[in-house]
Amino acid sequence: MTSASSELDTHTRTYLAVFGALAILTVVTVTVGYLSLPVGAAIVVALSIASLKGALVASFFMHLISEQKSILWLLLLTLGLLLVLIFILIIAFYDHAGTIIVT
Amino acid sequence: METIPYTVTPREDTGLINAKLGIWLFLASEVMLFGGLFSAYIFLRLGAVSWPEGSSILNVPIGTFNTLVLIGSSVTMVLSWAALAEKRFDRFRLYLGLTMLLSLLFLVVKGFEYSEKFSHHLYPASSSFMAIYFTLTGLHALHIIGGLVVNGYLWGPGSKMWASDPERFTNRVEIAGLYWHFVDLVWIFLFPVLYLL
Amino acid sequence: MAEVHGEQSFWRKYIFSIDHKIIGIQYGITALFFLLFGFILMMIMRWQLAYPEQPVPIIGWLLGEEGILLPEVYNSLGAMHGTIMVFLGIVPLSVGAFGNYFVPLQIGAPDMTFPKLNMASYWFYFLGGIVMLASFFVPGGAANSGWTSYPPLAVIATMGQTMWLVGMVFLITSSLLGAVNFITTIIQLRVKGLTWMRLPFFVWSQLVTAFLLLLAFPPLEAAGVMQLMDRLAGTSFFLPSGLVVSGQVLEVTGGGSPLLWQHLFWFLAHPEVYVLILPAMGIVAEVLATNIRKPLWGYRAMVYSAVFLGFMSFIVWAHHMFLTGMGTTLSGFFQTTTMIISIPSVIILTAFLLSLWGGSIRFTTPMLFALGFIPMFGLGGLTGLPLGLAPADIHLHDTYYVIAHFHYMVAPGTIFALFAGVYHWFPKITGRRMNETLGKIHFWGSFVCMNGIFMPMFAQGMAGISRRLWDGGISYQFAQDAGVLWSNELISISAWVLFLFQIPFVYNLIRSIKGGEIVDDNPWEATTLEWAAPSPPPHGNFTEPLTVYRPAYEYSVPGAVKDFLPQHQPEEG
Ligand code: HEM
Ligand SMILES: [Cu+2]
Repeated sequence: MTSASSELDTHTRTYLAVFGALAILTVVTVTVGYLSLPVGAAIVVALSIASLKGALVASFFMHLISEQKSILWLLLLTLGLLLVLIFILIIAFYDHAGTIIVT
Repeated sequence: METIPYTVTPREDTGLINAKLGIWLFLASEVMLFGGLFSAYIFLRLGAVSWPEGSSILNVPIGTFNTLVLIGSSVTMVLSWAALAEKRFDRFRLYLGLTMLLSLLFLVVKGFEYSEKFSHHLYPASSSFMAIYFTLTGLHALHIIGGLVVNGYLWGPGSKMWASDPERFTNRVEIAGLYWHFVDLVWIFLFPVLYLL
Repeated sequence: MAEVHGEQSFWRKYIFSIDHKIIGIQYGITALFFLLFGFILMMIMRWQLAYPEQPVPIIGWLLGEEGILLPEVYNSLGAMHGTIMVFLGIVPLSVGAFGNYFVPLQIGAPDMTFPKLNMASYWFYFLGGIVMLASFFVPGGAANSGWTSYPPLAVIATMGQTMWLVGMVFLITSSLLGAVNFITTIIQLRVKGLTWMRLPFFVWSQLVTAFLLLLAFPPLEAAGVMQLMDRLAGTSFFLPSGLVVSGQVLEVTGGGSPLLWQHLFWFLAHPEVYVLILPAMGIVAEVLATNIRKPLWGYRAMVYSAVFLGFMSFIVWAHHMFLTGMGTTLSGFFQTTTMIISIPSVIILTAFLLSLWGGSIRFTTPMLFALGFIPMFGLGGLTGLPLGLAPADIHLHDTYYVIAHFHYMVAPGTIFALFAGVYHWFPKITGRRMNETLGKIHFWGSFVCMNGIFMPMFAQGMAGISRRLWDGGISYQFAQDAGVLWSNELISISAWVLFLFQIPFVYNLIRSIKGGEIVDDNPWEATTLEWAAPSPPPHGNFTEPLTVYRPAYEYSVPGAVKDFLPQHQPEEG
């Protein structure tokens, strides 16, 4: 009984630690935002931090680290398809015949 | 014949209960939904003659505050589930109640932000940026409202199940939690993309 | 949790039922209604094409003054024909009806994993259908910008387009709920011993289909929301700056891109065409296996092909957009993937053909439809290849050739498979068999008429006739010398006669419910699990727990007493 509840306490502590990490990362990304980096760098930094935060939420709050592998595969498949969509849209923007007239 | 199996105990070869698999499938489709909008954002921004910096239009401190509120609600959500696993029903109610309060707070702040934009005559039709801002955050807010309804049910009438079928109830809270964390996760991406870039 | 039968009210039992079989039947009836409705729309269009600007007989009074089909109405009919056939007819029939009814049965499950979601899925579909039907009565009529709803046209179109978008949101919700349910059911509820390689091919096809629906539909939903915003909130997601309509610069924010819609639309809609064909292949596999009395040739290859098809169908979508000014890198990529995706289709087709080799074929009505499917699907697939290569597609795009290509896939293709399914599984649903003579009349009549409709369209398309115009426009003048215009009349008459040949089917279907020949639980002597249940299966499906001992199609096993070994039958002594 005692051992079970202390195990749960460690869980609670993990959750709170994750919360701390998320809060700090939020502050970091906002601070970086005020540095007015060049757009490219800003995008990379902001999206990296967001991905890190997302990974924390998914791994600990959503227990992905201890979840069945099949769920991971499902998510990887989904992310893969999403990346395909995004990349092809980006390529489609740059790769076109003729010129696009912008007014 | 019998009733549907694997509602409470996992199937041996897949290691999953039905609802767990179901919610992850649903979340996968949600990834594609927000992802579709996100790719639209990229495409439009690439093609735009000029694109405003988010912080020049949106209020970053308020957005930061709201981000923390939503992350906090995720923590209380997962704690409410942990409380059930510990068989502490009173704590469960406390934490889930907190989650709902935090999500309400998020919505109020969001509403305040919206009305501020409207008062400056910034509407979805004002620019591509405003269009994508209102669409993405609006859809996200709808998801918050959906989560509130589910959590409200589990907090109120749905919690009767704790007496009759505690294991199944705990599973339900876990499933609702997965959804809620996902809504949080979406915001974690929306915030920098809209407010900071 | 013992369900008390008998005591359920009529409403619970037949209207708001959570039994997958009742829901399947609800889907089936609704979808058949929409198929008929969509068919009627196109029969009206065919009048205008055969006898331009002459009053339409019988229903002319509905069309306003003098009963002539006006161009705007023609456009509405065209858009709604496509929408209704695809989203309200074929998919609900092949997935909602056949999938719902037979997937749980074929895997030995008592029901779907989430019966209430299943019911919700049907009612969202129903609502979506009502919205689409209601849109005919709003000012300006139903949506008239094609089933593809391309902006800018769709954004500035009449109110019917808004209804179309709202209806689509309902339909997408419905199919998401369904997809989640199908995948969990197939993964979680397979009965003991039913390993992946023992699944009937039909179940595999439904599994892949469900994944396509799950992951391809949401981006269209996103696009639909954006188009709604464009129409209702004045945004310009899809409207470029400086857009000129009827000589006037449109007052919009601008900065949007019509191409964005096309990408998001086809990201769904190409997978959607495999949603249209995969369950059909599944049904054909079941019917073939039962009627050739031998195992399917290359079952494994078929399964891998179906899964591969599923993956590939996500990366070919821009072959619908070769004419949008895309560069050579992108078009090269999509031409290549399109050629690759035809390989698994060909493998499945080959497996069907080789399965026939050396079989002792029973030429029942369902078998005739399944046999009809094979060459029709082959024709559709072969004619898709030139479309997948940009140099040929630049000529053929937006002509009747495209119409012919995909209708060979879906009309004598998928719809024949669906007919095969109806005749094949009717005894399971009702305990009675449909009439064979009427069935054969139905098959042969439909087979001839279908080809009468779609074969001439290849020639028309190659002569450059536009697929969208009420009066053919200038494409008729260019095609004057090609000698293809006369076939408009042939096509239209074939379509109307096709309608006549559906009468024996409808009569047969309704009459056989009460008057068909009574048969036992396994009239076709088939091996898969649905035939182990009573006909019709009771609530909960099976009377005793099942175990599966062998692959799905063990026909004519050497040394066996009978020429078929049901999956659930233990080894004989
Ligand atoms: C063998 C593989 C296939 C290939 C290579 C292929 C290729 C193509 C291409 C390139 C187009 C675009 C033509 C154009 O608009 O210029 C097209 C259109 C179409 N295909 Fe296929 N296709 C194949 C299989 C299928 C299947 C299995 C189906 C559905 C059952 C299907 C349904 C359609 C539909 C509905 C359209 C027209 C969409 C529209 O513009 O309204 N195709 N096909
Ligand atoms: Cu395609």
